[in-house]
Amino acid sequence: MPELGRAALVLCLGLALFALVGGAYAAATRRRRLARSAQNALLAAFGAAAVASGVLLAALLRNDFSFVYVAEHTSLQLPTPYTISAFWGGQEGSLLLWLLVLTGFSAAAVAFARRTGPDLLAWVVPVLGLVTTFFAFMLVAVSSPFATQVAPADGAGLNPSLQNPYMMIHPPCLYLGYVGLTIPFAFAMGALLARRTDELWIVATRRWTLFAWTALGVGQLLGSHWAYVEVGWGGYYAWDPVENAALMPWLAATAFLHSVMIQEKRGMLKIWNMLLVILAFCLALFGTFLTRSGVISSIHSFTQSPLGSWFLGFICLITVGSAALLMSRLPLLRSRTRMESLVSREATFLYNNLLLVALCLTILWGVTFPILSEAVRGEQITVSAPYYNFFLRIFGIPLLLLMGIGPLVAWRRASLRSLGRSFAWPAGIALGAGIVLLLLGAGSSPIGLVAYTFSAFVLGSIGYEFARGTRARRALAGGSWLAAFAELVARNRRRYGGYIVHASIVLLAIGIVGSSAYDKVKEQKLSPGQTMAIGHYQLRYRELVKRNGPNATEWRALLDVRRGGHSLGTLSSGKNDYRAEQQVSNEVGIRTDHLTGEDLYVITDQINKDQSINFKVLVKPLVNLIWLSGFLFFAGSLVALWPSAAEQRRLAARYRELRALARA
Amino acid sequence: MTGLAIAIGGVLAAVCVLYVALPFLREPDPASDLLDEPGALERRALELAERRDRALGALKELEFDHRTGKVSDEDYRELVGPLRQRVAEALRALELRAESNEERVRAAG
Repeated sequence: MPELGRAALVLCLGLALFALVGGAYAAATRRRRLARSAQNALLAAFGAAAVASGVLLAALLRNDFSFVYVAEHTSLQLPTPYTISAFWGGQEGSLLLWLLVLTGFSAAAVAFARRTGPDLLAWVVPVLGLVTTFFAFMLVAVSSPFATQVAPADGAGLNPSLQNPYMMIHPPCLYLGYVGLTIPFAFAMGALLARRTDELWIVATRRWTLFAWTALGVGQLLGSHWAYVEVGWGGYYAWDPVENAALMPWLAATAFLHSVMIQEKRGMLKIWNMLLVILAFCLALFGTFLTRSGVISSIHSFTQSPLGSWFLGFICLITVGSAALLMSRLPLLRSRTRMESLVSREATFLYNNLLLVALCLTILWGVTFPILSEAVRGEQITVSAPYYNFFLRIFGIPLLLLMGIGPLVAWRRASLRSLGRSFAWPAGIALGAGIVLLLLGAGSSPIGLVAYTFSAFVLGSIGYEFARGTRARRALAGGSWLAAFAELVARNRRRYGGYIVHASIVLLAIGIVGSSAYDKVKEQKLSPGQTMAIGHYQLRYRELVKRNGPNATEWRALLDVRRGGHSLGTLSSGKNDYRAEQQVSNEVGIRTDHLTGEDLYVITDQINKDQSINFKVLVKPLVNLIWLSGFLFFAGSLVALWPSAAEQRRLAARYRELRALARA
Repeated sequence: MTGLAIAIGGVLAAVCVLYVALPFLREPDPASDLLDEPGALERRALELAERRDRALGALKELEFDHRTGKVSDEDYRELVGPLRQRVAEALRALELRAESNEERVRAAG
């Protein structure tokens, strides 16, 4: 039923347009019923987008090749889970998923915010309507997933690298992050339009921002693991423009999550926070533009399409419009509070913000440089990994250190005596760790040694914070240590959830440094029966086997792995030859040491006619800490996201007082 | 199939239009159609309430940081006075505002 899909999209566009125009008119002329009607239009737009998505999903599951999209992205042989993931495997489908998530989030944000600040919500609705109108228009007029044709006997299938379980969750997770950033942006713009300089927009969007940031972070880690196990080049992050496109808004949102605390606690940085919200949203749009425009070549991007110029126009509109609005409201946003000391918690947050934004803009420059060089000089000059790695070290190492310093410094100001007492334990731990690591030979990579010493400092600082907080809570309320610890976290979920997230970032840093600064790589051609050695591993290529999978012919080299004279079992590595797609993919062999977090990683580079194989083998120490950090990151975010009853009561009382005042 | 699609599409459109028109259908002739918007008084009160909550939060945090040892006795003594003063000022300003509001209501009624 492509007609129903098309009709639902047209309806969605109409509703979004009404939310934009009607909502703006209602907010400007203070018409209550019209404002409510515009809110309803946004909620109804979600219904229409859900119907359109249902139509496409049904077509995919029925293998209805009369839909061009279904024929281009699935085949009869494609397993059902990947048939479902084909929904976001192509340009048009992923755009529809974007619209579905956007309308769903908009509807939820409107429903949650109805009770507080109707004047703010009245301006939020047209902003959400504007973004929804753009995406609905793209789907109706430029890139429809409901184009039809005479059905062929079979479809072209799905790109083999997308036939991986991670593709079921990685793209939707990223979309939750990208689209989620629309909500804080819409509330920030709503606050500016309504001339509200209070914290309501921050209160209303705090969890949305944290949720979007978490989803973007988890999505990137899932994508890294997908690249690691599926793309088969031995790494997990290649500084690909599309990978960077997800990292940039995450960095901007990280900066915002820190600086917004300064606004909440000290009433400062109102303009800076607005700037960060605008930057994060514009970068999310820019990422979408990069993936869909065809201006850069990436493993993650869709093919060349007419969407690029539309997206560029929309990004310009949003950037110029929001910047002009911000400029016009500058006098309202100026804060009277000043920073009391450069040695204070808020000052460390500010330094962290500057470093995060500097890293974000450096990456942005690297991503846009090829586009600019082509526009100016006619040739595309690509910025490669050394550029990014250099700046990651320049900004990342101080950021790591600041993660340890921040929790130890008090708000407002800290004396040298307090600092000395707070720093003694973490600094001692860091120094001890540094000496032990040096003795263990970690000095082979000076930057690695510095990063590990700083990591020990951060972990020491976090552990110290938890320990003295628990001790103080126990002294205050009595009870067991465990009860005091639980009470401590429950009473300040954002702070202690944040510390857990910091610990996950340290794990991530340890994993990245270990697997990149201390890794080993060896390439060797082996015939059956021959052996090779790398690090403390010995590999013997036993045989090459062939089997027929459901949609591919699978070639696997079987290798016997030994370490220190002990057998570690058999590892298989090879290639898949996908029949319908007529593409070959690398299927790497990975042996994980769960105790040390090290991976033995075998790539079958080339299978020769005489069954000899060109292998590329890597030993990646501590790489599994990267994936482990994802669980800790998620757990910390969940703690921070969890609503605090005391805070809810405090906010409810504040707005109740004001409503009473208004009624009087 | 096309007929069914048109029928479902028609029903969907009708439901959506009805839902969008609901505020007007529910209240065809309301006493007031004006959107609630905080006036200057309310905005000022909100600002004061935020200032009060901020100062109270800072005071609470300072107490806890002092208890954990993050803030030394000297720093605590230096910081706690101005913070308490800030809380008292915000509370006093809010009380004054509430009183003047009550007086205004009494005078009007």
